[in-house]
Amino acid sequence: MLTPDRNPIQGRNVQLMISCLCDAFFDDAAKAAVEILQQAGCQVTVPSDQTCCGQAAYTAGDWETCRQVMRHTAKVFAGPDPVVVASGSCAAALFHEAPIAFEGESDLPVMQDLARRTWELTDFLRNALGVDQWAGSLAARAVIHHGCHTRGTATREAVRTLCAGIQGLEILDVPDADQCCGFGGVFSVSHPYISTEMGRKKVTDVLSVKPDIVISADMSCLMHQQGIAGRLGSEYPIRHIAQVLRDASMGGLE
Amino acid sequence: MNRQAVDAFASGLDSEVRQAIEAGTARVIENRSHTLAEDYSDLDGLRQLAGQVRQHALDHLDRYLPQAERRLRDNGVQVHYAPSADRALEIITGLVRASGTRVVTKSKSMASEELDLARRLADIGVEALETDLGEFVIQLDDDHPSHIVAPIIHKTRRNVADSFAKHGLGDFDDDPEVITRRARRFMRDKFLAAGVTITGANFISAESGRVAIVTNEGNARFGLAGADIHIALAGIEKVIARDRDLPLLLSLLVRSATGQRISSYVELVSGPRSASQPSGPREMHVVFLDSNRSRIVGGQTREILRCIRCGACMNTCPVYRQSSGHAYRGVYPGPVGTVLGPLLKGEDGFGELADLARASTLCGACGDVCPVNIPLPDLIARVRARSHREGTVSGDAGIPSMGGYSLIARHPGLWRLAMRFGRVLNWLPLRQLPLGVSRAWFTSRTLPRWRGGYFRRWLRSRKEGQDA
Repeated sequence: MLTPDRNPIQGRNVQLMISCLCDAFFDDAAKAAVEILQQAGCQVTVPSDQTCCGQAAYTAGDWETCRQVMRHTAKVFAGPDPVVVASGSCAAALFHEAPIAFEGESDLPVMQDLARRTWELTDFLRNALGVDQWAGSLAARAVIHHGCHTRGTATREAVRTLCAGIQGLEILDVPDADQCCGFGGVFSVSHPYISTEMGRKKVTDVLSVKPDIVISADMSCLMHQQGIAGRLGSEYPIRHIAQVLRDASMGGLE
Repeated sequence: MNRQAVDAFASGLDSEVRQAIEAGTARVIENRSHTLAEDYSDLDGLRQLAGQVRQHALDHLDRYLPQAERRLRDNGVQVHYAPSADRALEIITGLVRASGTRVVTKSKSMASEELDLARRLADIGVEALETDLGEFVIQLDDDHPSHIVAPIIHKTRRNVADSFAKHGLGDFDDDPEVITRRARRFMRDKFLAAGVTITGANFISAESGRVAIVTNEGNARFGLAGADIHIALAGIEKVIARDRDLPLLLSLLVRSATGQRISSYVELVSGPRSASQPSGPREMHVVFLDSNRSRIVGGQTREILRCIRCGACMNTCPVYRQSSGHAYRGVYPGPVGTVLGPLLKGEDGFGELADLARASTLCGACGDVCPVNIPLPDLIARVRARSHREGTVSGDAGIPSMGGYSLIARHPGLWRLAMRFGRVLNWLPLRQLPLGVSRAWFTSRTLPRWRGGYFRRWLRSRKEGQDA
């Protein structure tokens, strides 16, 4: 994943993109994203016309649809303020995939401008705001799952650094940690057998270290893993990184 | 369930085959990363450099290919161009016929797999012996390679011992050393009897006309020592600008392929036997194979031609490891094959293999290990986009239409409604719904409870609280 050179941050205004999955399933993760950005001193706007980043259509190969949805997203998140995304893969869709899907289109510059303003949430906290220590405490044994769309981005280091500052949070090593959990958007339904086998391996590897929670900057991966574990009859407690940071702050206050 | 061909193949795969692949790839992955980490402090920098070196040659192929041809001719090599695999076959079978030999030795070459060369030579009554041990086993079994570096990665040594026993190469014995000795003994006479030897080419330098051939078994060298005529078959993309590009490319190729620092043999062949050389082929031919490669040059998927055939992308690919190379129905399996496979089929044949690009989660593991920095996930997405644009049947199988999603995602009022009404999903027996997509998901996974609308309501109430 290529991260473009981002515009320098001016002021404290940010636009939050919560991701369609947080909109539909994980409202508490979206709430936590708002709260930690405010705690970090940001003025947070959450445009109510936001829908989806368009990645589903990108991976499905339907780039006409992808461009339509991305155009809508660019319109909703217009203006100079940074776009902070509560999902590594949606962020990558906007800063890496959109410029590919818009090659040769007259509004490519609009998407390139959006790309230069787009940040994954922890990348923004760590590298735009310069937060290197997250004060708080949370007593838990946790696995960090790095979504594949954060490969080669600053998100992985940011998640690790922010978690490392939380008192009581023990990060566990998992075998084959870098391997994909097999979700892959439409892949999960066009290749259900392979996707499931990959998901079962991931869930088995993660559960082998008996974590209290599985943390990620991407709810899509966690939703897939929890879904796989659910059919196998296993508990699989998942937490968005924003929830972990918020809960740690609250724990620190007590 | 209307699922894709690769998935159907994977679900029927023998568990012993899957275990063999898992063990084989795990070993190479570990050796590769160990050697690279020990030797290079800035591997990504090297991968980028190697990618630029390869891309430079490809972007200027119109200059380097004729230059390579001139140097080869200066060195006494006869150069042939084959626009298609069929033409390459005509050229090679013509040369073999003219030589009068009945036996040809062959070392490993993926381009020759594109021609199905050994079988086609057998058709004209010539025994074309595969001398790479893995390829030799493939030939005994009338099988096809399932990996570009380790062709029999899908077999166990028991399978190999069985094949040897069946084909009169001694009683069953699965000791690898015994197997290797038996193959050696069998091949030795063939090497001496062969009038023609056929090799691939890992690189051809436009600067010097040198042909680089990498092997671990010395079989290419033995072939050259025994034969009168050497035919090297190479895709046109194998041309590199300069000899001094070789150290970088060979270093990354071998480490990425096997985790070795150098392969047991690296031949640098600069022409047929000279007057001062006591042995070696007196005639040398290079056959440049195009077969739709020139259509890829300069296009949106041009980086795929950088590939130096190390196999690291397939070793690391979880989809490849679940499905085996044979699931890819062609010469090139794994991530590189999902792009190269359909593209090498040309305009008319693209649709036959367009579904291969669907066999990826776009996880990017392949792109991370590629020694020439091919942006594989981006190229896979591009092939998908072309497949969708052209409406290929194989590529579209099992892919849900984006129509409804597109409508809702472009109309925020509809989207907010959908978020609220999505809660009906909490009450539907989703696993039983007679929808392909629904069954494909719910057979092995659950879905969390739909909570659309809650966040937006919280946001509104919070805002009102602040405003008041």
